[in-house]
Amino acid sequence: MFTNFSRIIKYGFVGFWRNGWLSAATIAIMFLVLVGFGCLLIFSSVTNIFISDIQDKIDISAYFKTDAPEDEILKIKKALESLTEVKSIEYISRDEALKIFKLQHQADDTVSQALEELSVNPLSASLNIKARELKDYSVIASYLGKEDFKNFISKVSYTQNVKVIDRLKRIKGIVEQGGFVMIVFISLIAALIIFNTIRLAIYSNREEIGIMRLVGGSNFFIRGPYLIEGMLYGFISGVLSVGIISLLVYYAAPYLKIFVPGINGWGYYTARLSGFFMWQLAFGIGLGIISSYIAVRKYLKI
Amino acid sequence: MIIFQNVSKIYKNNSHETIALDDATFHVKPQEFVSLVGKSGAGKSTVIKLLIGEDMPTKGKVVIGSYNVNKLKPIEMPYLRRKIGVIFQDFKLLNDKTAYENVAFAMEVAGRTPKEIMEFTPQALDMVGLKEKASNFPRELSGGEKQRVAIARAMINHPDVLVADEPTGNLDPVNSADIIKLLIKINELGTTVILATHNKDIVDNLNRRVISLEDGKVIRDEERGKYILV
Repeated sequence: MFTNFSRIIKYGFVGFWRNGWLSAATIAIMFLVLVGFGCLLIFSSVTNIFISDIQDKIDISAYFKTDAPEDEILKIKKALESLTEVKSIEYISRDEALKIFKLQHQADDTVSQALEELSVNPLSASLNIKARELKDYSVIASYLGKEDFKNFISKVSYTQNVKVIDRLKRIKGIVEQGGFVMIVFISLIAALIIFNTIRLAIYSNREEIGIMRLVGGSNFFIRGPYLIEGMLYGFISGVLSVGIISLLVYYAAPYLKIFVPGINGWGYYTARLSGFFMWQLAFGIGLGIISSYIAVRKYLKI
Repeated sequence: MIIFQNVSKIYKNNSHETIALDDATFHVKPQEFVSLVGKSGAGKSTVIKLLIGEDMPTKGKVVIGSYNVNKLKPIEMPYLRRKIGVIFQDFKLLNDKTAYENVAFAMEVAGRTPKEIMEFTPQALDMVGLKEKASNFPRELSGGEKQRVAIARAMINHPDVLVADEPTGNLDPVNSADIIKLLIKINELGTTVILATHNKDIVDNLNRRVISLEDGKVIRDEERGKYILV
C-alpha cells in the first residue's frame, strides 16, 4: 500500500513536470480566477470597514434645558445605560460644553468677546449616545421622547440625523446582501472555470487513462496521480494569488486612508493574512482535487 | 483454458443493430498459438475486446482460466488484465513515459516491489532487443521498436495469455517478421498466444491453428490451417 502511495505521488509530480506547458496554462488560469476571487473578498471587507467607520461617527445627542439639574441628567443617563440597544453614552456638562466651544473658536475674536460679555453659560449639557446597530437609533430616540423627560430635554438630534441614518442603513443592507450574493456568484464562476480548465487538461490525457486501464491499472492507481496534479495546480496558484494580492494591498493601503482616515490597511491585512491564505489554498486545492476526480472518472469506464 | 461459448455481440446504435459476433464457440488450450483471421469487420477485434473485458458479450460466456469475464465487476477487471498481456496495432504506449517506464508501469500497477521492477524491466527490454533505448520516449522510437516495447510490457508480468490485435498492421515486412518471431518465441516459452491478423503471409508461414471468422461467425477452425480467402 505504501509502495502504491509513493508511486502515485511520484507519478503526480512527474506528470506535472513533463506536461509543463499544460500545467503552466492550467495554473495561470486558476491563478487569475483566484486573484479575482481574492480581490472580491478584500473589496467586500474594505467596504465593511468603510461602513463601520461611518457608523462609528454617527451618534444621537440629547440636549438638556439649561436649568435641568445635573442629578436628573445623570438619572436619565443611568436609565439609558440599562437599554440593550445603547452601546455607550458620553455626558458633556455645561462647563465642558463651554470649554469645547471656546477651544473650537479660539481664533475667532468676536465669538470670544461675545462669550465674555455674557455673564452666564448659554450652552446646554448633553448626552451623546451611540447605539449598537443603526436600527437601534429610532428605539433610543423614541425612548428619549417620553413624557417623563420632556421637562429636562430641550432637543434630540435624531430628527436631523434620521435621513443619514436611514440612508446608511439601506447602503449597509445592500452591501451585506449584495456582497454575499456576489461572493456566492463569483465562487460558482471560479469553480466552473477551474473545473473546466482541469477537465481540458485531463481530456488531453484520456487515451493514456484508457491504456492504463487496459494494462491492468486499478482506478485508484490511475486516478491518484491526477489528484496529486490537481492538488499541485491548486497549491501553486493559491500561493501565487496570495503573493500578488499582498503586493497589491501593500501598494494600495496608503490610498485607503483617503476614505477611512487613521486606518492601517496593511496592518489590517497582515493580521488576517493567515486566514485569507488558508482560504485561498483550501479553495484552490479543494477545487483542483474535486475537478480532477470528476474529470478522470469519465475515462475510467473501460 | 479459454472458452468462448455461444458468444454473440450486438452493437445497438439508435434503431440500427450491428452483429459483430454471432454465436461463436471455440476453446483454446494452454500454450496453444491460435491465429484469428478474417476480413476487416469479420469480428476479430470484437473477440479481442471480449477477451480483455473492454466489452461485454450480449449473449454467451467468455472464460479465461478461473475468470468468467462477463461476470467480472469493473473493480475486478484489473486483476484479469494483469493475467493477460495485450499488444495492439497502434501500440498504445504511454507517450509521456520512457520505454523503461512503460514496461515498469505494468509491474507497478500489479503492485510488484521496486526491487523486482529494477530486476525484470531491463530483462524484458533485453528480450525484445531494446536495452539501449530504455530511456527513449515513444516519439523517439520507430514503429517496430514501439511494438517491441509493447510486447515487453505485455510479457513483464508473465501472463498466461498474450493477445495480439493486428500487431503488424502498422509495420513493414521486416519489422513484421521480427514481431512474429518474438511471438513464436514467447509461445515456445509456454505462453498461450492469440493473434488476430489479416496478413495472409504471416498466417500461412506460421502453420499453426487458424480460426477463420466471417460476418461474426466462426466458419473454419483448423489445427494447421492456412489463410483461405472466400
